[in-house]
Amino acid sequence: MKTNKSEFRTGLKDGIPIALGYFAVSFSLGIVMVAANISAVDGAVMSLTNLTSAGEFAGVRIIAAGGTLIEMVLTQFIINLRYSLMSLSLSQKLDESVTFWKKLIIAFGNTDEIFAVAMNHQKSLTLPYMVGLQSLPIVGWTAGTFLGAVASGLMPERVSIAMNVMLYGMFIAIVVPVAKKAKPVMIVASIAVGLSSLFYFVPFLKEISAGLSIIICTIAAASIGAVLFPIKDNAEEK
Amino acid sequence: MNIYIYILVMAVVTYLIRMLPLTLIRGKIKSRFIRSFLYYVPYACLMAMTFPAVFFSASSMLAAIAGVIVAIILALKGKGLMTVALAASITVFLVSLIPGLI
Repeated sequence: MKTNKSEFRTGLKDGIPIALGYFAVSFSLGIVMVAANISAVDGAVMSLTNLTSAGEFAGVRIIAAGGTLIEMVLTQFIINLRYSLMSLSLSQKLDESVTFWKKLIIAFGNTDEIFAVAMNHQKSLTLPYMVGLQSLPIVGWTAGTFLGAVASGLMPERVSIAMNVMLYGMFIAIVVPVAKKAKPVMIVASIAVGLSSLFYFVPFLKEISAGLSIIICTIAAASIGAVLFPIKDNAEEK
Repeated sequence: MNIYIYILVMAVVTYLIRMLPLTLIRGKIKSRFIRSFLYYVPYACLMAMTFPAVFFSASSMLAAIAGVIVAIILALKGKGLMTVALAASITVFLVSLIPGLI
């Protein structure tokens, strides 16, 4: 019982920076929603139930254009497919105490950042830790969306734009220290950056949606890494 | 169409993508290739999402580049997520205040 409590607390603490980053990013998401005629409450419900930046941005665009549900399903599937890779990784790191029903809860909040922090956690993942880790980011993401929609137009654009960069800063903070220690990670990360730049700038390739290009870059770079630098048998159980 | 139908569809698709691989896979994966692949996925994915998009996320590319450089330096020094994220954001804000930069 006591360990559950401390696991939960550790999770909460690890979730604070994510929650702050989410608050900033979802704030700008709320501003985008208002422009698409989505109310603050509807936007907050979307954020609470979806918890995905790229997916929601795309969803808002489809709603604004009055798109079909098929279009919505396909777009969400492609943009969010990377989460299935992350869930697959996560399933390998779960504690033996995590049963089927507990997995149903953990799956809900498996976002990019929560996944990255969970994989960096030094121990196997328990339900109390994961619930602690997810709670504040969920609150931050939902509250940020709501307040962004409400405050839309009141805030200087320069401030909200600068807040956007926080999310990328967090990504950099997750990858760089590992890449510094492990050369294969640095090479895989560099390959991913190179491929992603190709998809961004090269004509024809740049027609491919952002969600799909992330999937392709991730699969290609991680496969090259797995072929060139297979991990040792217990390397993933840090 | 009611917006809640859209939201429901989005939420269900996204949840299934997250839930199915987590619940269907039992036990440890034996293939060394797949375990290696999964180890590299987060780093590849985060970097593919960050670059080059980050350079176009601020009001000027110079501000974004400054933010990225500050983030990388602090991350190399082993600073925490929050410090790095805030410093990058503040750098972008300060550089964007310099007159004449668009």
